[in-house]
Amino acid sequence: MKLELKGITKNFGDFRANDNITFTAESGKIHALLGENGAGKTTLMNILFGLLRPDAGEILIDGVVQKFSGPNDSMASGIGMVHQHFMLIPVFTVAQNLILGNEPVKSLGVIDIKTARKSVKDISDRFGFDVNADDLVEDLPVGVRQRVEIIKALSRDAEILILDEPTAVLTPQEISELIQILKQLKEAGKIIIFITHKLKEVQEVADEITIIRRGQVVGSAKPSDSESEMAALVVGRKVSLTTDKKPAQPSEVALEFKNVSLVEKTGAIRLQDISFQVRKGEILGIAGVQGNGQTELSEVLLGLLHPTQGDIVLNGKSLLKMSVKERLNEGVGFIPEDRNLYGLVEDFSVEENLVLDSFDRLPYGKFGSIKPKAIRASALDMAQKFDIRLFNVADKARSLSGGNQQKVVVARELNRPLQLFVASQPTRGLDVGSIEFIHQEIVAQRDNGLPVLIISTELDEIYDLSDRIAVMYRGHIVGIVDSSTDRSTIGLMMAGIDPSQSKTGKAA
Amino acid sequence: MTDSNPKADIKRVDPTMNPSKANPKLSKEQQQVFIDANTPRRNDPEATSWHDTVYQILSSTWLVSVLSVVFAFIIGGILIIAANAEVHVAAEHFTENPGGFFAVCWDTFAKAYFSLFSGSVLNFNGADFAKMIEPLTSTLTRATPLIFAGLGLAVGFKASLFNIGGQGQIVMGALLSALIGFSFDLPAGLLLPMCVIGGFVGGAFWGFIPGILKAKTQANEVIVTIMLNYVALNFIRWALLNPVYQKEGQNVPIAKPMSENAIYPKVFGAAFTTNFSFIVALIAVAVVWWLVNRSYLGFEMRAVGLNPFAAQNAGIKVNSIYLWTMIISGGLCGLAATSSVLVPGTGVSQDVASTFGFDAITVALLGRSNPIGTCLAAILFGALKAGGYVMQAQTQTPIDVVQIIQALVVMFIAAPPLVRKIFHLPQPIGKDILEEVA
Repeated sequence: MKLELKGITKNFGDFRANDNITFTAESGKIHALLGENGAGKTTLMNILFGLLRPDAGEILIDGVVQKFSGPNDSMASGIGMVHQHFMLIPVFTVAQNLILGNEPVKSLGVIDIKTARKSVKDISDRFGFDVNADDLVEDLPVGVRQRVEIIKALSRDAEILILDEPTAVLTPQEISELIQILKQLKEAGKIIIFITHKLKEVQEVADEITIIRRGQVVGSAKPSDSESEMAALVVGRKVSLTTDKKPAQPSEVALEFKNVSLVEKTGAIRLQDISFQVRKGEILGIAGVQGNGQTELSEVLLGLLHPTQGDIVLNGKSLLKMSVKERLNEGVGFIPEDRNLYGLVEDFSVEENLVLDSFDRLPYGKFGSIKPKAIRASALDMAQKFDIRLFNVADKARSLSGGNQQKVVVARELNRPLQLFVASQPTRGLDVGSIEFIHQEIVAQRDNGLPVLIISTELDEIYDLSDRIAVMYRGHIVGIVDSSTDRSTIGLMMAGIDPSQSKTGKAA
Repeated sequence: MTDSNPKADIKRVDPTMNPSKANPKLSKEQQQVFIDANTPRRNDPEATSWHDTVYQILSSTWLVSVLSVVFAFIIGGILIIAANAEVHVAAEHFTENPGGFFAVCWDTFAKAYFSLFSGSVLNFNGADFAKMIEPLTSTLTRATPLIFAGLGLAVGFKASLFNIGGQGQIVMGALLSALIGFSFDLPAGLLLPMCVIGGFVGGAFWGFIPGILKAKTQANEVIVTIMLNYVALNFIRWALLNPVYQKEGQNVPIAKPMSENAIYPKVFGAAFTTNFSFIVALIAVAVVWWLVNRSYLGFEMRAVGLNPFAAQNAGIKVNSIYLWTMIISGGLCGLAATSSVLVPGTGVSQDVASTFGFDAITVALLGRSNPIGTCLAAILFGALKAGGYVMQAQTQTPIDVVQIIQALVVMFIAAPPLVRKIFHLPQPIGKDILEEVA
């Protein structure tokens, strides 16, 4: 089987989202479409799936031109899509979701759920998916929900499987499970189109790589090509994948956690006896697998959660009794881990988002009234300084790409006089160019003498930025080590094993 | 989809969402320690459906609002024709004289809406200028309480609060305003403002209750305000039989009349019904515009309304914003009472709230919760009320048609895609496409 796209072009008004895109994907191969956020990948896939119609160009399957007027046509031609945001009904079981929109009916209009359950079992067994047909989707972890989506596509005899940014929502373990699944599907002769902006994944999983930039195919690459070569194609210029930084010049202790614990009323321990210090001019990275208390740590620091024990001290003052607002006024700059939910009001304009925590102080506000002109002027200034690419600062933040949204959050936080900079997952879901920019900004803050706390589940990011690394596991800090510590040691610590203690154990 | 909500059950304010359910499939130990629940909260239909609906209405274009009104009038016109006796007669002779039938239809349609217009805007048969513009002043009089209450609802919508308690807040505003109005013997320059403020405070108090309950216990304001309507209604029934309010020598619920110094002066002279509350309403429009678009509180309200989580992260006290919004929303509804209470005559009555509190929902939605739009929508509804009576008197068209038109307006603005389809308007550019473009 062979899928060909020839000269696909799609315009939205004056904007050309896809410009003469041509590529071929063959069965038994994983074809990666690599490009920055906003490069036109999703538009292309929506065309392929029949959700959008191209202005020019054609889609061929085995040399036959296809005319799709909707997803039903493309599904009939054997195309299945796994969307970035899953299209599942949480309160339905896996089997019920499977037949949704295509319900097999027995006599008297009774839905034939048995066939659906069998189909889930067959596909799950065949590819080792480990999915139970009777589980409610809402009870399943994200990785399994994604497998349900894949099963859904396969149950409709999809030969061509499109996955749109499938790893964006997955934990590292789930990503490696997904990659195994994709390899099996490949061996079963499916065509797999894998849309992503992550270079590492492409190298790991893809057989062929097509790179898209600003709606055009700018080249193809082999998985064996180096990351920096691919990054240069993706971004259109040479980018450094590691941040250049001078050795840290730490001075006095600025932030101190003293035996901070957070225990729920139910007895569940969220944080356990956390103690660490961050000095001015250094970056402390907090590593760990997601869900080991990093979120809670950042939230007790900001004041969204209140520790049940211990103290948090910034420049000699305890933060505990302060409200969020007071802590921000103390100079805490904070990048939340989920920018869409906690960082931005997406339906506010960019300029409003840029003053979300400073609208009530000069020059943006006076006597209880905000000053739109001052806000506009400062927004234009910040957009330029932080290279936020937008049409108009009055546009909704929703209309920006992920990288530019994050730049808005970063710009807002760095625009205030800071005493501490905290960033949680600062580059999650961002493209190479934005990551480079944000990392440079973070290091610049350190070099300006700020204490910086980075919380990230991406070990690469931790290594790239940190001067010291603290590893969290199940709510406590396993250990704090120098950034020269090797990955395998950190890996052990992420699993809860403290190497220094195990060494002494051996010696004894 | 990366939303994870492992800590909703701790102290975190989780204003719009349900706390994440414990996952029964996980082992006890897993539950105890860390669950990255990955529950998609914003997609939780139970939690957000009406927020989304209201948001969708408020974010649709002006054109949709205008076309909704136009289309409601067209359907209303069809009903007027269908209900007309002459049309029925002409229909029986349709085969002999189809042209005559259509002429009668058109005649009915035109006459009805002409009388609606002349009853609400300009009476062409008026003897003098005053008589000619009397309908317009009648429209403004009827619009005044709707402007106040519509603004109240609009303020609530900005913070994503649905205040269905307008009825109760009007009643409580009326009671406090009236109490001040007949209890004190003060000069008009002092007593009238006190009565107006009393109206605001009475309504604000009735908004404070759902506000504080939402802030402290996350009680749903929709349910609390609906229930408080009943409380207020029964309270006024009781109060009007109580010696504090009841006129001496009465055994029916008739309240003491207002002091002469608590009466709104007339705006356009004694010949017209429009009193000074209309001017107060226009001032309220300006103040609410400033409040929503320029004040710190308005900025915070809008931020909380659109994303309480991000607002909280930015140091905004979400719960106190809910509380203040409900207080202001209730206070504006309370002001609606003053336009009918602070008049000469019998004083406060138990149906003082009429249906203003419910009509205000429509008014605020039609005005897209923008203060100026809400004011215009209130005037439109005031015109429908004023003109409806004239239309009934002159053309025997049942006044119910007016209510149907109002209902149709709500229906169409609640279904922007329907209006778009009817008028072949282009679909607004979808979110996904916008993201891709940017």
